[in-house]
Amino acid sequence: MSFQFTVSPDFTPDHLSGWYIFNTWLQKQTGIAMHLEMYNDFQGQREAIQADNVDLIYANPFDAAMLVREKGFLPLVKAEGAADEALIVVNADNAINDVADLEPGTRVTYTEDPDVRLMGMIMLEPGDLDNDNIVPVLADNYVLVAKHLLKAEADVGIFLAEAYDDLSTMVKNQLKVLVRSQISVIHHALMIGPRLQDRREEIESLLVEMSNDDRGRGVLQSLGFSAWQKVDDEAMEFMIDLMDTLNT
Amino acid sequence: MIADMNAEDIVGDYQEVSLQLYGSIKRKVLYTQIETPYPDGKLIVSTTNPDGIITHVNRSFVEMSGYREEELIGAPHSILRHPDMPSAAFKDLWDTVRRGEKWQGFVKNLRKDGGYYWVKATVIPNVRGGKVVGYTSVRRKPSRSKIEECCKLYPTLF
Ligand SMILES: Cc1cc2nc3c(=O)[nH]c(=O)nc-3n(C[C@H](O)[C@H](O)[C@H](O)COP(=O)(O)O)c2cc1C
Repeated sequence: MSFQFTVSPDFTPDHLSGWYIFNTWLQKQTGIAMHLEMYNDFQGQREAIQADNVDLIYANPFDAAMLVREKGFLPLVKAEGAADEALIVVNADNAINDVADLEPGTRVTYTEDPDVRLMGMIMLEPGDLDNDNIVPVLADNYVLVAKHLLKAEADVGIFLAEAYDDLSTMVKNQLKVLVRSQISVIHHALMIGPRLQDRREEIESLLVEMSNDDRGRGVLQSLGFSAWQKVDDEAMEFMIDLMDTLNT
Repeated sequence: MIADMNAEDIVGDYQEVSLQLYGSIKRKVLYTQIETPYPDGKLIVSTTNPDGIITHVNRSFVEMSGYREEELIGAPHSILRHPDMPSAAFKDLWDTVRRGEKWQGFVKNLRKDGGYYWVKATVIPNVRGGKVVGYTSVRRKPSRSKIEECCKLYPTLF
């Protein structure tokens, strides 16, 4: 029997080859035949989850709730020290320095990344902005979010903090950060589905130990982090509860 | 237990009032007109047991309340109760979460130093294995216009 592994689309572009290397490593360590399927968008991935085709997933915090509560997934690990944070950014020429001074009708550019969008919209609330009074400008990725701001096609951009920090200095010099979230408990997690759960402990300890040998460290490097850290059930439940309170 | 507030902890000119907590226990509350602005980008998080006794607070909670974490854990959540908050709001909060639903509202909270801060709060029941094991509240920064509405509305609810 072959199982399916997938990665939240927001994390694929930069580390595409890293996930293939990781999947090869995992198959070798566990002897489990695992097919890595990359979806280009959230919609496609959601459909696969709904059809119960997914067994292992590097999930964004938004989907984690549905995976645990509706699909019986359990958490394994997260990238050590990593947290998802969002930024509210405007063009450096913009006279506005405080979200509170934004007006209804503000053009807001963001990607399909659901948790980043959620955190961003919360940071716009002090300006009385919400889904009903902004003009959405959808972008395929964060470089395009920056472009919309530079070309004045949008007034405000919502960024994943990591993605913003990775922009070139030249681009960042033309932008201005109004707010950076400091939530620190919202993160992506590697999660395991019902069909593989008898192997959970074994896989979890393999992952936690991964940074202790050279090969494992190399694989982690290609994913862009230094170690996996265990996520226990209650920590995951807590994060889901937190997402739940934000999603109102 | 919930102790009276101490004059030594208060910063600035204050008024004194006696609050009835839990509808019975009296607490001497000292409060000033000094507002601490809600910090941008942060969430204030706390969890209580089913009776409203604080079991978890995050760092933003500690910073904004002015209390030390040890003073908060084990205390009833009404340690933050501000005299300008109508009790009807908290009755609604408890009625709503006891039904298993989400509650959302704007709350003026009292700091240990007598000052206050406004939050937009969401409270949800924490369900584990089908049982409510507690409640979590997450607060975010409210808009000025919402605070102004509440400043007009709340005094009419007493
Ligand atoms: C999770 C949770 C969070 C709460 N947060 C606050 C708060 O921030 N400020 C507050 O005054 N009451 C808060 N309450 C309500 C208090 O428990 C309490 O009902 C209120 O302060 C009124 O006091 P009393 O019920 O003792 O009269 C919270 C309750 C729960 C369950």
